[in-house]
Amino acid sequence: MPILWLFLIVVAIALVGYVLGRSRALQSAGGDSRNLHSLPAFYGANVALKVIVPAFGLLVIWLLVQPIYVNSQVSGMIPDTAIKEGSSRGLVLAEVRRTATGLDNAVAQGALTEDVARNARADFTDMTQRLKDAGQVVTSNITQTVLRGAQSYRIMNSSGYRIMSIAVILVALAGAAISLVQTNADYRARNVVEQGIRVLLLAAASIAILTTIGIVLSLVFNTWEFFRLYPASDFFFGTTWAPSFSGRGGASDLGILPLLWGTLYISVVALLVAVPIGLFAAIYLSEYASPAVRAFAKPLLEVLAGIPTIVYGLFALLTVGPLLLGVFGDGGLGWMKAGTAVMTAGLVMGIMLIPFVSSLSDDIINAVPQAMRDGSYGLGATQSETIRQVVLPAALPGIVGAILLAASRAIGETMIVVLGAGAAARLSLNPFEAMTTVTAKIVSQLTGDADFASPEALVAFALGMTLFVVTLGLNVFALYIVRKYREQYE
Amino acid sequence: MTDTSMQTPETGRQAVSLTAYDARTRKRAKAEKRFRAYGIVAIATGLFFLIVLFASILSEGIPAFTRTVVSVDFTLTQQEQEEAESTLFKTKAYSDLFIAALNKELDESGLQVDFDEAAIERLLGKVGGTIRTFYADNPDKLGEPIEFDLAASSRVDGYFKGRVSRDTIQDSRFLQKSDLDLVDALKEAGIIKQVFNWPFITGADSGVDNPGGAGIGASVVGSFFMMLVVLALSLPIGVAASIYLEEFAPQNKFTDLIEVNISNLAAVPSIVFGILGLAVFIQFMHLPQSAPLVGGLVLTLMTLPTIIISTRASLKAVPPSIRDAALGVGASKMQAVFHHVLPLAAPGILTGTIIGLAQALGETAPLLLIGMVGFVARGYPDGFLAGFTEPNSAMPAQIYTWAARADVGFYEKAWGGIIILLIFLLTMNIIAIILRRRFERRW
Repeated sequence: MPILWLFLIVVAIALVGYVLGRSRALQSAGGDSRNLHSLPAFYGANVALKVIVPAFGLLVIWLLVQPIYVNSQVSGMIPDTAIKEGSSRGLVLAEVRRTATGLDNAVAQGALTEDVARNARADFTDMTQRLKDAGQVVTSNITQTVLRGAQSYRIMNSSGYRIMSIAVILVALAGAAISLVQTNADYRARNVVEQGIRVLLLAAASIAILTTIGIVLSLVFNTWEFFRLYPASDFFFGTTWAPSFSGRGGASDLGILPLLWGTLYISVVALLVAVPIGLFAAIYLSEYASPAVRAFAKPLLEVLAGIPTIVYGLFALLTVGPLLLGVFGDGGLGWMKAGTAVMTAGLVMGIMLIPFVSSLSDDIINAVPQAMRDGSYGLGATQSETIRQVVLPAALPGIVGAILLAASRAIGETMIVVLGAGAAARLSLNPFEAMTTVTAKIVSQLTGDADFASPEALVAFALGMTLFVVTLGLNVFALYIVRKYREQYE
Repeated sequence: MTDTSMQTPETGRQAVSLTAYDARTRKRAKAEKRFRAYGIVAIATGLFFLIVLFASILSEGIPAFTRTVVSVDFTLTQQEQEEAESTLFKTKAYSDLFIAALNKELDESGLQVDFDEAAIERLLGKVGGTIRTFYADNPDKLGEPIEFDLAASSRVDGYFKGRVSRDTIQDSRFLQKSDLDLVDALKEAGIIKQVFNWPFITGADSGVDNPGGAGIGASVVGSFFMMLVVLALSLPIGVAASIYLEEFAPQNKFTDLIEVNISNLAAVPSIVFGILGLAVFIQFMHLPQSAPLVGGLVLTLMTLPTIIISTRASLKAVPPSIRDAALGVGASKMQAVFHHVLPLAAPGILTGTIIGLAQALGETAPLLLIGMVGFVARGYPDGFLAGFTEPNSAMPAQIYTWAARADVGFYEKAWGGIIILLIFLLTMNIIAIILRRRFERRW
């Protein structure tokens, strides 16, 4: 683990720098810390910061940039003729990387000497066999291009890492030297250190922005790629979803409408379960329940929110599905063919959303001032009339916001629908039929050995983009409604 | 006011007693009761679902913690081993010896039942091979009596747990009706019995046709390494971001942008984070696929908003007088925050972090996209550092893999896995509650 060692070396330089900086500052003040501008520890911290921040900054950037650089270099080495029909540059590159790791492991095991692994004229049929003998997974016969690519990949990577180690240590030492030279009794170490820490805090806070940018870029980039291979109009308006399984050739129908319909249908069923139960539970808990009942029932309901979705998924697949099948299946009403259906997934998702609706609504109902209730009671209204005619209208924007947030949760939920809703994409009105959703198809298109360059895999990014836009839109809309129509009570 | 106005007005309305309800009041009182009942029904329904959920987890999952074994006293002498090794079908020779030992034990308990080698193979798999490798590895055990605990096949296991019964069983190459007579006889003789299923807790995932051998241990280790990454990254980053936003951030557009981003990220579906991980960490940065390191990075990004929101709440709860006092005795702003505010907010921050970790521990969907599916968890990592980069799975992903398999025997494993997952979550939440109770301060 050379990077771990590098890490430890930089930390060691920083520690030594801390001690040196501190003692140097004290020395320049004649051993009396009262003559210093800052506390002695700040002088040490100043040196340590100037070692660690640039060195680790360089390390991270190098680790990000080097693979990209090496890949583009190796990719440039592969002539178009070496890419077989039906294959792609990405696949050849993946093979190059696999071969390179195979070579690395073989050298580590001693099955190959470093010289043989590096020698560009090595006999490549022989190489395949020798790698296989060394127990390395090599898919097919290694072609000359792949072997050449793998060899230069290895060389570039190992020399890259060597240069990186040297550069990082040099930067760390330079940081230590410069800051040690600066250190003297008048140096404003505290101000510098605090400014540095402030910048680090800001950087930590900016990670939220970076994450959003990362999400948007990875979605947009791959969606764009998908639309180059598959017409956007067919994606948005196609009514059949039938990806070909071979992954290449064959025409896949990748229309999003059946998936959107399934998502919508399941979410509506879930909300039909969750909203009445959650809302009435919230009303009872905030308006009627004694403190003892509230202290008992509210945490128990919230347990439902803490349970992982995979548990709900299994519950849908193995408990609720067979149960519904017993009632609505061939033995009963005969509407249901299999345990996985819109109803199964919707019902279980509804259970999951109950605490979400109830605790949000509870907060909102509690925020309605008591004076409004008292006024209503004073006019002779009963408690339920007060709730229906005064409290709920006052809380309505907040409740609508809560329901929209619950809807966005339902649309983005994955595990329950993957396990409970079935895999068939269809446009049907029967809630006892199996349907599938956007999230379930993202999982099924991206798990397995799909080639990332095929439209069948890339479609998942377009689906993800749709999902992201829809849920983001719902969230923004919910916040907008809450802000716009909220009554301000003082 | 005049006296006339105090008199009862002479209207056509008939006089009613105040103690008796009129029709309209009765109707309103009924509506009131009905409305109240709706609330009670709603809460009862919610709690009913909770009970059903836990009842089915426990009833379906607990059998996963027992397994059925056949334990036979068996002695192999050196001579027998040499003879067996000299035959053409070596494992058959061993299983013949085993069947002889089994017959002897059955005779001792006075039970008569006919069985052949094929039946033993259906019950126990390839016994001969197991015994042969045992003695090849432990030659010093030759000649001593040894109690062999051989795992029964998953169908036999299912017969014991009520999953397979005499009425439902169909003769197949896995198990036949006649075999159940043998199983009953063995049970009566005390040879076949149920023991605690340690391999389930310590083992790794098995092949698709061997539900009996599947264990969750390897994926617990995978989850553990992922949680280490999440803790090591999300706690410092989350605390630093919260300190900046709560204590230092100026009121400007950039701060607003950060705040909007954090609240939006908290509502982004988890699967989108999986797509981000796949595209950025694996496609773009070429980090190893299926590695707990990548899983930890994805879950870090996912839990950061949760941790930031709770950390900010606990920083906000520290009264301004603390900061003012620190500034008053000459501390810099940074010293006031790090020496006084942060230690006081620490219990709240820890509680929020543990709850964020618990949420991350139960997350499945993003892990599936970066390749941490169950069947990857075939063994334990080679060392501490390898634990981060070697392909592994995580508990929820392992449970998903089992649930998606066709063999019914895996469903029991999935429920059992859920019990283990929930035990971890429960422990974390209890620690969080204790921390909050113990250190919470009211100002």
